[in-house]
Amino acid sequence: MSMNSEGRVTRPETAAPANVDSFTGNKGLMLEEALIFEIGASDRTGVDLPEAPKIASRLGGLEREAPISLPGLSEPEVVRHYTRLSRQNYAIDLGLFPLGSCTMKHNPRLNEKMARLPGFADIHPLQPQETVQGAYALIHLVGEWLVRLTGMAAVAMSPKAGAHGELCGLLAIRSALEARGDARKVILVPESAHGTNPATAAFCGYAVENIPATAEGRVDLEALKARLGPDVAGVMITNPNTCGLFERDMSAISDAVHAAGGFVYCDGANFNAIVGRVRPGDLGIDAMHINLHKTFSTPHGGGGPGSGPVVFSEALAPFAPLPFVEKDGDHYHLVEEETAGEHHADSFGRMVAFHGQMGMFTRAAAYMLSHGADGLRQVSGDAVLNANYVLRSLEDVLDAPFGASGPCMHEALFSDEGLAQGFTTLDVAKGLIDEGFHPMTMYFPLVVHGAMLVEPTETESKAALDQFIGALRSVAERAKAGDPALKAAPVHAPRRRLDETAAARKPVLVWKEPASGGSAAAA
Amino acid sequence: MRYLPLTDADRREMLGVIGAETIDDLFADVPEAARLSGPIEGLPNHASEIAVERQLRALAGRNLVAGEGPFFLGAGAYRHHVPASVDHLIQRGEFLTSYTPYQPEIAQGTLQALFEFQTQVARLYGCDVANASMYDGSTAAWEAIVMARRITRRGKALLSAGLHPHYVSVATTMAKFTGDVLETSIPDLTDGAPGNDLDRLIAAIDGDTSCVVVQNPNILGHVADLSELAARAHEKGALLIAVVTEPVALGAIRSPGEMGADIVVGEGQSLGVGLQFGGPYVGLFATRDKYVRQMPGRLCGETVDASGQRGFVLTLSTREQHIRREKATSNICTNSGLCALAFSIHLSLLGEKGLRDLAALNHAKAVAAAERLVRVPGVELVNGTFFNEFTLRLSKEARPIVRALAEDGILGGVSLGRLYPGVAALANGLVVAVTETVEADDVDELAEALEEALA
Repeated sequence: MSMNSEGRVTRPETAAPANVDSFTGNKGLMLEEALIFEIGASDRTGVDLPEAPKIASRLGGLEREAPISLPGLSEPEVVRHYTRLSRQNYAIDLGLFPLGSCTMKHNPRLNEKMARLPGFADIHPLQPQETVQGAYALIHLVGEWLVRLTGMAAVAMSPKAGAHGELCGLLAIRSALEARGDARKVILVPESAHGTNPATAAFCGYAVENIPATAEGRVDLEALKARLGPDVAGVMITNPNTCGLFERDMSAISDAVHAAGGFVYCDGANFNAIVGRVRPGDLGIDAMHINLHKTFSTPHGGGGPGSGPVVFSEALAPFAPLPFVEKDGDHYHLVEEETAGEHHADSFGRMVAFHGQMGMFTRAAAYMLSHGADGLRQVSGDAVLNANYVLRSLEDVLDAPFGASGPCMHEALFSDEGLAQGFTTLDVAKGLIDEGFHPMTMYFPLVVHGAMLVEPTETESKAALDQFIGALRSVAERAKAGDPALKAAPVHAPRRRLDETAAARKPVLVWKEPASGGSAAAA
Repeated sequence: MRYLPLTDADRREMLGVIGAETIDDLFADVPEAARLSGPIEGLPNHASEIAVERQLRALAGRNLVAGEGPFFLGAGAYRHHVPASVDHLIQRGEFLTSYTPYQPEIAQGTLQALFEFQTQVARLYGCDVANASMYDGSTAAWEAIVMARRITRRGKALLSAGLHPHYVSVATTMAKFTGDVLETSIPDLTDGAPGNDLDRLIAAIDGDTSCVVVQNPNILGHVADLSELAARAHEKGALLIAVVTEPVALGAIRSPGEMGADIVVGEGQSLGVGLQFGGPYVGLFATRDKYVRQMPGRLCGETVDASGQRGFVLTLSTREQHIRREKATSNICTNSGLCALAFSIHLSLLGEKGLRDLAALNHAKAVAAAERLVRVPGVELVNGTFFNEFTLRLSKEARPIVRALAEDGILGGVSLGRLYPGVAALANGLVVAVTETVEADDVDELAEALEEALA
């Protein structure tokens, strides 16, 4: 309730039109924000430092004399700039974020608090080992949980993200093959795989071939068997797969690959669907990365950092990368190049400086300990329950190409079948933005036309799901009816649809001083 | 369980909609033999915040915290003061809990911040363009070597003796599998300036060389002019890749771009990110305009929206794995977005003046520390030039001394024995980093401890 100058309560006057351009370009709480280069000045700073004592320079005459042209902002300007920018972002903290395959679940704040303990955050990776026993213990603890949860033999903690974990797994496979003098050259990847799978295989020198899918959305076991042979180093299977289905034939796939002399890599991006209920080690997997930023809730941070530890079978464990932490009674030590010695002589080597994503291990540890074995079982159960609830609540209005293939796992897959002529998955996605939701994953997996992949995760309440289902139903009905207004969506977001074609045709990747010298306020 | 909103009544109602009896029924596609009937054995059950915090605090308490005593470690990870507002801002949920900005209409905050980050990195490095970050410096360096191979269609990279040994190890690991040829060597403590190393590199460049990779300041702390090396590499059709592990140095010394580097990569951890026991860090990656389509990783670009307003999008994604699959320039997907944001906020707070002042302060403190430490009997300074890190040659093996000092709470530096185990000629080397967080008293304490240890 607001008061006018006479102290009486006011009532809105409805005469003025709702959509007027403001002088500033702001729309009430939706605030435009210029770039730091337009706000800052090179002689302004938000950091006070003591004056440097006079010394004789030891820079060897290499002083940087030309301007660097870095704008400086005072602290209030910086706080306001980034606070305003933050408000132009959607986030899990704001609402359901149903990006299939990305697992946008709640990020517990205890995890953040623990990662910031000086005993974890303010230690150097090259400190003498006796001074960081607690850090090694933490890495070992997370590793042990991962080994037990997956039923595998060993774990490599150093990979920096999922794709880096894939690289780790494939390098171990290649090392194992080379150790037996077997130079296989081909990796088989299903058509529905994440793009990182074929890219990773190519990055470490493999030729990539596709495995076809069956009509029900799973790997075609017979086609796979037919392709296996002495040139196939391994297969990369995502399980549950990107159609949201469990690969029922996983054990048979593993047996066939092993019988043909190859190895099975599992993309563990979707481990959150089965954590605590199914151990990949029981399905014949040889290597699998685990995205700590998916299953174990470390924040995505607008694109990273992630963390991608890899678990290994007995057959691949000897080839795991350096460094890693070994426990010896109450004492921990780091196995590096110099200490690998005869016990770890087969390791394929180091794939990153230092030990991996410590800050993510701390957060994942807090998550694991909080949930425990019983809680993690409930996590996967609720994630799958929520996805099936979405699938069955919307399959009357949206085409579910694999709706008859059994229950889905943690994500529900729809297609653009049945939308009005000229209306696409993109339109549905942009319509959801106006409803206040982040869209689902669009156009992935590639095996479904106009794919819409919805992953609600276990941290959504039934009320949140019901609101989302209602919103998606409404948008889908508009797309089926051919509502032209949907083509204009979003109209309530900080920006309308952006011209990506122009961005790619003439890339502007850095800010440049406007030629006129005038200030270029945000248009 | 405090993170799970569904009640049993919710679950029953939802199962009714689905047409299933129990949650376990939804896992019917998992072969019976692989389905566990109860919680995994050997792991504890759920715990309260109090209990989890107690357990993790106990582990944290077993570590010697850098800020609690004299601290001189560097060698690729540096302890700088990070202003309080940086951590406050990156913890805003709209940054912390957002995803890769695939839906630009509701991700302008992340996108604009990345565009600003790219511009800052490009200017700091003296390059035309930078990407939206890599995992860290070591992986960025390998990606640069791969990019140079793509551009030159040659497969031999020459690595400087002064390149961080972990970066060399990462490249060596990868090259075993990709077939790239790497020529490497190790540093020489008798070489007061890195001139011999650069001369060796220049002499080795030939028609098969894709790139020369050189770190500045290098692992011993030497600062070098790379202009001659760049010119000689270009004459032979090779690229110069410069690696910077300490970005604060570029507030004082000429940027690699100004000295002719074609690709500049490095570690950004010094600004905004903190030590964090080695990760997550943030890889920086910059190059010339003409090579932009060969770059790995995400790029953010400026465009307009349907109503003509300026906005930002991810662009040139036809280089990337989600579009190009096995033909992508890299397999990288997740990068270091939040660390890039921290870097950018810290650098915005500093600005040009702050960065230059910070660099001057680091250099002055390092010079003063070096002068104090060489007065200790048995300590010699190896470097002719340095920025905020230098190498001492001790009269005894450095590694046991570092360990002994740590027992007294002094983290005195990184021994070359730790970085180059088994290399006798380097065993007495101690790399000492001195940032703005080091006080004169800390240096005195280190000097006295060294004097005792070397007596």
